[in-house]
Amino acid sequence: MASVARTTRRKHTVDIEKLKVKKKRKINASLGGNIGIFIFLSLFGIFMVFPLYYAFIQSFKPVEELFVFPPKLYVLSPTFRNFSDMFKVASGMIPLSRYIFNSFFVTIVVTVFNVFVCCCAGFVLAKIKFPGSKVINQIIVISLLFTSSVTWIMQFLVMSTLSLIDNPLALILPNIATSLGLFLMRQSMSTIHDSMIEAAKVDGAGLFRICWTIVVPNSKPAIMTLIIFAFQNSWNFNGGSIIYSEQWKTLPTIMQQISAAGIARQGVTFATAVVLMIPPLIVFLIAQSNVMETMANSGIKD
Amino acid sequence: MSTNDKVPANKQGYWKYTFHMMRMNAGAYGMLAPFMILFIVFLVIPVLLSLPIGFTNFDMAHFPKFVGMSNFYTLFLNDDVFMIAIKNTLIMAVFTGPLSYVLSFILAWLINEMHPFLKTFFTFVFYAPSMTTSVYIIWQLLLSGDSYGYFNAVLLDLGILNTPVQWLTDTKYILIMVIIVQLWISMGAGFLALRAGFQNIDPSMYEAGAIEGIKNRWQELFLITVPSMGPQLLFAAVLQISGMFTVGIVGQSLLGIPSTDYSAHTVMNHATFFGWIKYEMGYASAICFVLFAAMLIVNHFITKLLSKYTD
Repeated sequence: MASVARTTRRKHTVDIEKLKVKKKRKINASLGGNIGIFIFLSLFGIFMVFPLYYAFIQSFKPVEELFVFPPKLYVLSPTFRNFSDMFKVASGMIPLSRYIFNSFFVTIVVTVFNVFVCCCAGFVLAKIKFPGSKVINQIIVISLLFTSSVTWIMQFLVMSTLSLIDNPLALILPNIATSLGLFLMRQSMSTIHDSMIEAAKVDGAGLFRICWTIVVPNSKPAIMTLIIFAFQNSWNFNGGSIIYSEQWKTLPTIMQQISAAGIARQGVTFATAVVLMIPPLIVFLIAQSNVMETMANSGIKD
Repeated sequence: MSTNDKVPANKQGYWKYTFHMMRMNAGAYGMLAPFMILFIVFLVIPVLLSLPIGFTNFDMAHFPKFVGMSNFYTLFLNDDVFMIAIKNTLIMAVFTGPLSYVLSFILAWLINEMHPFLKTFFTFVFYAPSMTTSVYIIWQLLLSGDSYGYFNAVLLDLGILNTPVQWLTDTKYILIMVIIVQLWISMGAGFLALRAGFQNIDPSMYEAGAIEGIKNRWQELFLITVPSMGPQLLFAAVLQISGMFTVGIVGQSLLGIPSTDYSAHTVMNHATFFGWIKYEMGYASAICFVLFAAMLIVNHFITKLLSKYTD
């Protein structure tokens, strides 16, 4: 990058400011190195994207093309047959649209509540000193270890004690209070200046008002990030082990059921996979710059 | 804490003062409550319960009876499958823990060397699988044991294989396949944190470094970048630990429980098998407790290891 910049400077007088910025960061970079890095990243990128790409291509293939040997990585006559078939597979009396509705319903409820509770708690932990605040802060950092995939057997036990099994609340309640969400929110809110909060306090605003009128509007990147994480988490959450009633199952469970039918149903399986993977990808694309800004504050300091 | 200097010396005064401060901050507790209630019910209690229930023979139907250490004795002395599970977990942990951690660090670093547009593009590409974790089930079709599975088809077509390989049931391949899928979904929030960490570093540091005689990207990386990224490194490590002890979850959906000859059976699968399939919650809790303890120990060491960078 730097060598390119250097040659352009020799030829023309170009935007000096831009050049300076570029030069600053890329002091020790060479063009050859950059190309090498690009090739390495591309190869690895292909491994990451391939399954998603393959699912995408397969989902648009008509039956004749699905069973061609060897499988082709392109589609000759794309069709929406698999997607329309997908709506027919639905088991029993429940149409697939119901599962899609369930997924969106659960995801949206979880996301809204997750952002709400994390904003309230994050503000208090970042900005207010009270007896116990230190201990709670330490517990939150440790609890980052215990994601729901580690604790779910024990969670299952607690939920069955609370008779939440086969209750739609089981898809919602455990996913609201995420320690990752609170942690990111707290980190981001602690960068907000105390003087703003002090000023509001002097004006007689209560904590809740300070939080929602001053601190939250200044933490938009963190909120977007939380939305992304909460959305992904609960959109991908497979409640198959706790929800048995058909009318409350969500898409990941259905996806697993359909794919269990094996290669014969692959068109439909891949169509479901595409439906499942599109929403989180779109949400991330919209908000990705916010994520980077928030994650920059994510470090754990002693 | 600005209040420290005002704390009265005698004990009774201290408690009085604490209560006073608690009453003063009632609003703070109120705002913390919605999070804390859910957090305690669905995270703290499940984790803490694993020990007391591990001492019982709880089966979800009858009132638990105290059985002392017998669950733990059985686990370590009489349960051969648990030993297999530990072995598998350790093998997988090496790949999905340190390896994937170093990999995500290297990828984050290399991406950061790219043009801004490519940065966004590659970040998206690498993060995409972990956004779509419920989709990893498509690996079942990619690795399908007949000639319609993609990998079999390609390898048969190229003449490398003569007969389709049962990637997901042949004990020779199961473990490696689970590791591949796990690596595929492992570029998660930790990866994003590292990416952001690289972006965070003040460019003037590199300038200063260049003046001091730093010659190439490697020196830059180890002398400037790593030391100034401690907090992010620790954050990513913490997330990685939880990933590395739960590798079994992927195998569970791909292979079912238990996998052929327990060849991809992990500690987490063992807990699932006893807790969720056999309803032997007491035993499952004991397994979970061992798992949690192992995680905390690993976490302690990683924190110690990275502590010189995090101040």
